[in-house]
Formats: sequence, structure tokens, C-alpha cells
Amino acid sequence: MLAVENLHSGYGRIQALHGVDVEVKKGEIVTLIGANGAGKTTLLMTICGSPRATKGRVLLDGQDITQLPMHKLAHMGLAHSPEGRSIFARMTVLENLQMGAVAGDPAHYDEDLEKVLALFPRLKERINQRGGTLSGGEQQMLAIGRALMSRPRVLLLDEPSLGLAPLVVRHIFEMIKQINQEQGMTVFLVEQNAHHALKLAHRGYVLVNGRVTLSGSGAELLANPEIRAHYLEGGHGATA
Amino acid sequence: MAGANLKAALKDGILGAVVAAALALPMLGFRLVDSASALTLATRFDWVAWAAAIVGLGRFALCLLRQAVPADRVPVLPDLGAKFPKARLVAGWAMAGFALALPFLPFADRSLVDKATLVLIYVMLGWGLNIVVGLAGLLDLGFVAFYAVGAYSYALLATKLDLSFWLCLPMAGVFAAGFGILLGFPVLRLRGDYLAIVTLGFGEIIRVILQNWVDFTNGPNGISGIPRPSLFGLVFTANAPEGKTTFADYFNLDFSGDHRVIFLYFVILALALLTNLFTLRIRRLPIGRAWEALREDEIACRSLGLNPTMIKLSAFATGAMFAGFAGSFFATRQGFISPESFTFIESAVILAIVVLGGMGSQIGVVLAALLLVGLPEWFRELQQYRMLAFGGAMVLIMLWKPSGLLSHRAPTIRLGKGATP
Repeated sequence: MLAVENLHSGYGRIQALHGVDVEVKKGEIVTLIGANGAGKTTLLMTICGSPRATKGRVLLDGQDITQLPMHKLAHMGLAHSPEGRSIFARMTVLENLQMGAVAGDPAHYDEDLEKVLALFPRLKERINQRGGTLSGGEQQMLAIGRALMSRPRVLLLDEPSLGLAPLVVRHIFEMIKQINQEQGMTVFLVEQNAHHALKLAHRGYVLVNGRVTLSGSGAELLANPEIRAHYLEGGHGATA
Repeated sequence: MAGANLKAALKDGILGAVVAAALALPMLGFRLVDSASALTLATRFDWVAWAAAIVGLGRFALCLLRQAVPADRVPVLPDLGAKFPKARLVAGWAMAGFALALPFLPFADRSLVDKATLVLIYVMLGWGLNIVVGLAGLLDLGFVAFYAVGAYSYALLATKLDLSFWLCLPMAGVFAAGFGILLGFPVLRLRGDYLAIVTLGFGEIIRVILQNWVDFTNGPNGISGIPRPSLFGLVFTANAPEGKTTFADYFNLDFSGDHRVIFLYFVILALALLTNLFTLRIRRLPIGRAWEALREDEIACRSLGLNPTMIKLSAFATGAMFAGFAGSFFATRQGFISPESFTFIESAVILAIVVLGGMGSQIGVVLAALLLVGLPEWFRELQQYRMLAFGGAMVLIMLWKPSGLLSHRAPTIRLGKGATP
């Protein structure tokens, strides 16, 4: 469904990605884990067209989307929940969700709103509250819910666990699993929290200094001694 | 405990007195006196001492007062808008009703209506800038440029091509919107401070062009004899020009200069209300929501499929269009315009109206315009202390209501209590 081929990208003269290959098949949850500065967010942003790839291709259902500007992608079924949640703080929860439906079919709006609110009952309780007054976990739910409002074919999530308490992280990851199982949503999840991400994902990639060094099923990677040493034991993600 | 408090307050008071003395020495301590042969320097050290003493004692008293009243008991003006959402609506209608009735009230004389007209020009400019700054979050320090474009559009079209006000008004709006887009393109990638600097420069460029393109704009001499608007062809003069009827004749009234003043008042009231209705309406439409979303987070906007280029340009163009309308009204009301009327201070006042009113708040803009434009007009008697009062009012607002007089943002849609999405 989403294929990244030999992707190179960077900021000015600093190259951040040195030929990354990633594939996400329909109905899968695929995760990309890596340390700070490995290029995880850069990969997601390059898939979305900002910064532009200097080499390589991004294919969505076989269609080359490498050179498309970011705002066109949502209309092609690629929803992206950016790092740090990026909710509209002074707008209400409902208004935030409404903005998420910009790229969707207006005919689906009521149905999609109901679906998202059923998925995140907390958002329904806070529907007229301003986004900025929500807790971190609720804001993350709002960011994911907002991304779902356009009925995307692929959902890109950039570190949904960022700055959240362990219990809240577990809840968010359960929701991602539910979205995948119930709606058959294809999810590409970029995470630092390797433990949770690998447990959830069907397959995973490990990004080190802009290169994919390891890949395999979630369970395989979770059992890999190298990964255990680098990303799990003693490091972050060892919670829960 | 009490001794320590007293000591701290004393220290604060002395510090205040020293700072005041240092500031007052050059400003109050010396003055040039025009004596018989030449200018001589006279000193007024007693004034400096008085200033230092007043500030020192005031600071001392303020410190004691602060300690006596706990911080959480300091009165903060309540956010009435948030507490009574209906109250805003009622207040809005009441203000509109009052504005409609104003010229016919017993105490309304010609000068009052004239002042109200001036305030309304700034209300309209504030509402226009509110679209750019309050809704879209694009800090624009050169808004006066679009006001100038509107004013010169009308003045030039009317004096050179002899077109009527009502024909020129939409054209002035279109020209100003065009300049809005012209400004928008180079600043698409800028935000915040950088954007502010470029818009500031743009405002100055327009003024400098108006000043120096003498063949076209008559330069610093300005354009005079700008025609007045008519009401469906009825003119507001004592004697009708050829082929025209005067307003007074048509309605069998005695001619009075007040008619024109009141007519102009209603024209700007209608234009301002149009701006307001437009803003209230567009906030509920996708483009208005997109403006607000852009203010909140640009990356999120792009990832949700909104094109920031279109959103920014449309915000600049729309705000500029209303400034253009206001500008052509200004030109027709004054009958004379020159680049003098479009200096940076105008942009600053309009921006202050938006910020002090509470960004994005429509009623806040009205209150701030009354405060910043209306009050100084009223207190012209204060003469040189006018600006002091103006500055003092701004400091007080920033102390008590740091996010503006009315900073509450009303949601564009609500869910629950039987409402459907």
C-alpha cells in the first residue's frame, strides 16, 4: 500500500536519510523504531513531501507521490498525525475534528464523527471544550481522531507516546490496535517506545543514523538480543 | 515580618525615586528659554525632585498595598464573555441599535456624529485587520497600506475619470485586495516577527511611492476636491449642480450641513456592519475555519489537506479589501488626502485596537476603538497630556486584561443539548 524506496533526504547540506526502504502492506501495523536523531520524523515528513526527497521514491498504491506537496496527500488518503500532537489549541474538540474532515467526503462527515466519538468516548465528553485544555492523552486521542476523520487509507502516526504517562501510552496503543482490527486501517507508526510499538506491530524496522539496520516481525525484533540491549533494557520503553 | 515588609517597600520606593530622578533630569530638569539675545538653558531641579518624590512615594505605597492584599485577592476583571455567552449577543445588538439611533438622539450634535464617524472608520479597520491578525494569526504592521490604496483608488478614479463613489467603492476594494495578494506572495514563508518586519516595510513602501510619484498622486501635496458621495443621485449641497437634485429639496427639508454628516455616518456604519457580518459568517465557513486553524498550527493544517498558500493569500486579500473600502470612505469624507494620513502610526493604532480588544473578538474591537480613538478625541482639551492618558490607558489594559478586553473565543459550532453536528 505504502512503499518507500531508497529514500534520501535532509535539511540543506545535512543529510538525514541515506536510502531508506520501507513497505507497509494493506491492513498491517508497521512500526519504525529508533533513537533520538535517527531520522524517524524526517522519514515521515519526507513521505509527506516536506522536506522534499533528494533521491528515491514514495509510492502510495503504486502511484508516485514523492514530489507532491503535503496538502495534496490528505486528499489521496494519506493521513498524518504530526509529532507533538499539533492540535488546534484554541479551537474546540469538535472544531478540531471538523478540520480533520477537510480532505474527506462531506457526505461521510456525520458517520465518521460518530465513529471517532464512539472510539474515543473521552472526546465526546469534552466535545465543546477547547483543545488546549485537554490532558496530554486526550490531546493525542484528538490528534488520532482528527486524522481518522478524512477516512484515510493509510494512517501515519509520529510518536503518539510522546510525553505521556505509561498507563496512558498503553491505552493509546490499544486504541491503535482497535482501529487496525475493527476498521482494517493500515498504520505506519514511528516510535521511540520500542517495547510497546513492537508488541503492537505486525512488522517493524529499526532506523539508525538514517539507515534501516534491521527488520522483521514485531515478535522477532522484540526477541532480538541486540534490540533488547539497545532499545529495551534500561532504556526508555522498558515501562509496563 | 512587618518590619521586613516595610524595609522591602522602602527599598522599592527609593529605587523607584532614583529611576524617576534619572529619567526626569533630562526631560524635566532642563529647558531652553528664548531670552532676548539667544536660547539659554534654564534648570528646573525642583520639578525633578517633585517627580522623584511622587514616584518614590507612589511605589512605596503600592508595595505596602500589594503586601496587604494577597495576590489572589487582587481584583481581576472577570471574563464576562465566557460567563454569559448570551450577553455578548445582546450587547452586540444593543450596540448596533444605539449606533443606528445615535444621530437622532437629543444630545447628538454635529461634532459628536463626526467623532462617531471617525471611531467607526477605525472599528471597520480593526475588524478588517482582525481577519488577518485575529483569525489567521498573521501579524501585519503595514495594514495602513491597504487603507491608502483604497483612499487613493477612489480619489484618483473620482478626480481623473469622474466616476461616482458607489462605483469606485467596490473597485477600491478590489485594488486593495490585489495589493493584499501582492504583499502575500513574498511573505508566504514568513511567520511572526519576520512577517511583521516585512509588512512594516511594505506599508512604508506604499507611502513613499505615494509621496514621490508626483505625476500620478500629486506627491506630498495630496489630492484635493475629492467628490462627496450622493444618495441615489441626491447630492448634499445647498444648491444643486446642473441636472442634479439636492437631498434637502427632494425631501422638502431646509438645507443643513448636518444632513451630509449624518449621511456619511450611516454610510460608514453600514460598511462597518457589513464587515462584521462578513466575519461572523465566514468564521462558520470552511475558509474561516481554515484561517483559525492556520493560526493554531501550520503543519497540522498541511497534513490535514489544507493549502496554506491559499489560506494566507485569501486572508491578506480579504482583510485588505475591507481596508480599501474604509480608505475610499475616508477619502470621500475628508475631501482631501495626502500621504501624511497613512503613516506607520496609523497601522500601530489599528493593530493596538485589535490586540487590546482581544484578538479575534468583534465587540472587543469596538470597545478598543472607542477607547483608543474616541477618548483622545473627547479629551482634546487635555492637549499635550492626551498621549500620556493614551499610554496610561494602554498600560492599565495590559495589566488587568493581558489578553485583551474581550479575549474569549466563541466556538463556531456546538454539540450536545439536542444540537446536531
